[in-house]
Amino acid sequence: MIKELFYFLIFPGMIFSVVVGGVLSWSDRKITARVQFRKGPPFLQPFYDLGKLFYKETILPRHGARLTFLAAPVFALFSATLANVFILLPSVFPGSGFSGDLIVVFYLLTIPSLTYLLGALASGNPLGALGASREMKLIISYELAFILALTAIVIKSGMSLSISDIIAAQQEGGVFAGSLSGVLLFVVILFVTQAKLALVPFDMSEAETEIAHGVFIEYSGSAYALIKMARYVMLFALPALMVTLLLGGFGMEGISILWSVLKLVLIILLITLIRNTNPRLRIDQAMKFFFLWMNLLAVAAIVLSLINI
Amino acid sequence: MGLGSYCFKKSLWVFHFGGASCNNCDIEILDCLTPRYDIERFGMQLVGTIRHADVLLVSGSINRKCRDRLLELYNQAPKPLLVVAFGACGCTGGIFAEGNTFAGPVDKIIPVDAYIPGCPPKPEAILAGIVKLLNK
Repeated sequence: MIKELFYFLIFPGMIFSVVVGGVLSWSDRKITARVQFRKGPPFLQPFYDLGKLFYKETILPRHGARLTFLAAPVFALFSATLANVFILLPSVFPGSGFSGDLIVVFYLLTIPSLTYLLGALASGNPLGALGASREMKLIISYELAFILALTAIVIKSGMSLSISDIIAAQQEGGVFAGSLSGVLLFVVILFVTQAKLALVPFDMSEAETEIAHGVFIEYSGSAYALIKMARYVMLFALPALMVTLLLGGFGMEGISILWSVLKLVLIILLITLIRNTNPRLRIDQAMKFFFLWMNLLAVAAIVLSLINI
Repeated sequence: MGLGSYCFKKSLWVFHFGGASCNNCDIEILDCLTPRYDIERFGMQLVGTIRHADVLLVSGSINRKCRDRLLELYNQAPKPLLVVAFGACGCTGGIFAEGNTFAGPVDKIIPVDAYIPGCPPKPEAILAGIVKLLNK
């Protein structure tokens, strides 16, 4: 019991993920600034933001469902952290995890987006409701591509649903991203990650210039700080999932720690460059993109991995 | 100074309220986000909703229609909140001060923490105002 609580709260759970996610969020903002020839924020900026948000007043909507409004960020943070623990544990302690934890991670990674839209609907704000409707459509469009991509990975690892088996299969037969189907899967999961993190071009659910932060419009103070923390954790969890499933997982001894950090930074760099070189899509364009192109790529990857290419 | 107020000064999120502005101040505010001035160095961001804001930046002359909206925004904002009166119109009313729809400079309606005068203020003047606000 103590061990599980340690895993959940300290390492590799909440405190570790929020700190690493904050650093990744800083690198995201810094890379954005360098792309635009600016200097960018200081290193501790994400933690200054969190400290300030906890310091500020939290306002509850008068005509909303207050309990749901306040519970949504808590559930978002806890499920994101739990997903991160399940993703990182097989890398930190080889052989841990259980059969089927890939499916658990898939469901846990959906919950943050779901709670954002519940919180937005509970706030009773019309722009929040608009953002929630877009978030809902976005979830519907990317989840199918995501589960198809995970299916292809399961096939490539020899029909295993356990993350530690997937890592072991990559250590024996080379990383999955090295094959043709692996490259297709990398593209699919990269765009799904982009949509799950609600970054440009898939940020239409918050769209701060258009519907004023959409789903987060009514959140302030500590509740918004919890949402920020959940977003930092997701910014760590989804690239970590990509590294685990496609790039051979994290090594934790000696020089391979550096190698693990480089894999993570590479994916953050890709996400940030996509975010900086694309305009925001409309929701129908995003749905078409996922339903048609990403599903097509994922199905092609399944077929290719069935014949071992 | 406590940790909370230290973080507050390091991460000011700005909400921009344009009254009956002629749009010149608004362009100068956007200038501060460009590579040459880059206020993100100080952790500042422009946000789209008053619920996330730490600074209420009021530009343009405030007429009778804007007055109630400005008050409502001030009441909706989570405290602590800093208010900045921006440009000649925000500080004193400028050339509109004697107009019959003019409803007062900003400091007659809500308490103001810093004034940035100019028509429009240069980005250097805005940065000077920010430094004043941070040292307050």
